[in-house]
Amino acid sequence: MSDPFGQIGEFLLNLLTGWGLEAGLASFILKAAGAAALATGCLFSTFLLIWAERKILARLQDRLGPNRTGPFGVLQTIADFAKLVTKELIFPSGADRPVFLLAPLLVVMSVVGIWAVVPFAPRFIASDINVGVLYVVSIGSIGTLGIMLAGWSSNNKYALLGAFRAVAQLISYEVPMVLVMLIPVMLSGSMGMVQIVEGQRSMWFVVLAPIAFVLFYISSLAENGRAPFDLIEAESEIATGYNVEYSGLMFGMFFVAEFLHAFTIGALATTLFLGGWLGPGVDRYPLLGLVYFFGKAAVIWWSIIWVRMSLPRIRIDHMLAFNWKFLTPLALSVVVITAIADKIGPAGTLGRTLAQLLGNGLILVVVLLVLRAFAAKIRRRPTLTSASTSLGATAR
Amino acid sequence: MTPLQIVFLLAAAFTLVSALLVVTRPNLVHASLWLIAALAGVAILFVLLEAGFLAAVQVVIYIGAIAILIIFAVMLTRGVMSDAGPGVNRNWWGAALSAVLLFGGIVALLSQVPAAASRLPAPLGDADALLEDLGRSLVDVDRYVLPFEVASVLLLAALIGSIVIARPSAGEEGQK
Repeated sequence: MSDPFGQIGEFLLNLLTGWGLEAGLASFILKAAGAAALATGCLFSTFLLIWAERKILARLQDRLGPNRTGPFGVLQTIADFAKLVTKELIFPSGADRPVFLLAPLLVVMSVVGIWAVVPFAPRFIASDINVGVLYVVSIGSIGTLGIMLAGWSSNNKYALLGAFRAVAQLISYEVPMVLVMLIPVMLSGSMGMVQIVEGQRSMWFVVLAPIAFVLFYISSLAENGRAPFDLIEAESEIATGYNVEYSGLMFGMFFVAEFLHAFTIGALATTLFLGGWLGPGVDRYPLLGLVYFFGKAAVIWWSIIWVRMSLPRIRIDHMLAFNWKFLTPLALSVVVITAIADKIGPAGTLGRTLAQLLGNGLILVVVLLVLRAFAAKIRRRPTLTSASTSLGATAR
Repeated sequence: MTPLQIVFLLAAAFTLVSALLVVTRPNLVHASLWLIAALAGVAILFVLLEAGFLAAVQVVIYIGAIAILIIFAVMLTRGVMSDAGPGVNRNWWGAALSAVLLFGGIVALLSQVPAAASRLPAPLGDADALLEDLGRSLVDVDRYVLPFEVASVLLLAALIGSIVIARPSAGEEGQK
């Protein structure tokens, strides 16, 4: 029972070579089959995720949610999926057909691709590459490309507006997200996901770098494009933005990508900051790691839904100012402070933990003081002048 | 042929065909999409050489940043949806000449490498050790710290310059 996934792989490899296949070809086929199984599993799990999210959303709004199809409405997503599949794929006139088709594929690919480097349990990871964090960043940027192409190829001005907003938002919020993803890398001394999880045996990184965790959480919310950062598909302003012309299964793919991305954020935050599959007894029973991993990821995922239901949409100039004037400088200072504190004591010692906590406390105090001074300045500012209203000045 | 060789041949053919389509497609957005495909093909080649870091950096920088910037600039160009004009202008011979010169230069440079002459492929190094060596050489005073810092100063200057250009001038600043 120490390595169930390795044993399954070995059994299949023996089976294939037993059928007379060459060893290299057999392992190649196994890897391809593993990739297909992981991607399919991710996409199928979305059925459950969408149902669960709709149930939670409904509960937060004091409704019942889907409850007609199957027990507790659990088959509702499958019914919706069947409806989407049977619908016609409509290409708007003047649309760029190949690009229009390609865009939803890229968006789904960028989310599913992240799961290739997520460690679910000890020795249960699709691909433990030594640049896992960088891979997550690179595959995520492809999603931005997909949204941009969707907006552009639709030949619709609302879709194009949504695409412009998407570029402004997703690329901006990538900056603080990438910066704070450096912090687990610095603390564990590796970019590989397994090494990062192993580096949290003595202490989870959320304790060592709480500010970095909060920054990662906020910028991931923005990357997901959900409330309060749902400007790229603001229904009341630009008629759902980049996906307005999409129908049938192509629209469903954007939908699937968004819902899966929410859980992916949970998985990434768990791996980078919450100790991944680490937990009591996990070394004796590796399967317990799955429980810990998905438990932690589900808590983060649930909080994302909670935020989505609780906060109204942020205004677009606030969204950009919040990123460039608050998150990015803060992320930069966190990186600098962590780098300095990391050099004070060797890894795993109390001295280093204290240094990290002191550094984070210092940043917190400075941030609160700066915010207080900023708020005081805002309050002093006159609301109406002779030249124009403040509304006109900000709308420009 | 091993599966690895088949993958290599497919990736190389894909890269070459996409690169050809970049310069022959009349539609600018399609051309930039084929550029992305060509860059992704190069990333696959890096993966086959077990240079995972370079592959990830290739995707982050070239696809995630540069190609998106190119597409964004093209999208903002007026009438690009309908525009399918000629792909070349009267300077095409200059571009062809410089491309041939560059190709010749690279081939001449690569033929100087001792491994290029031998028939046997050089064994791959330990990926982790190579990556560590790359990181250390960028901050080593004896090796590449100066070019590294000069490049970062250049990027910083570009960053500040773009902010200065994008800033509204004092007259239209208003009451911000």
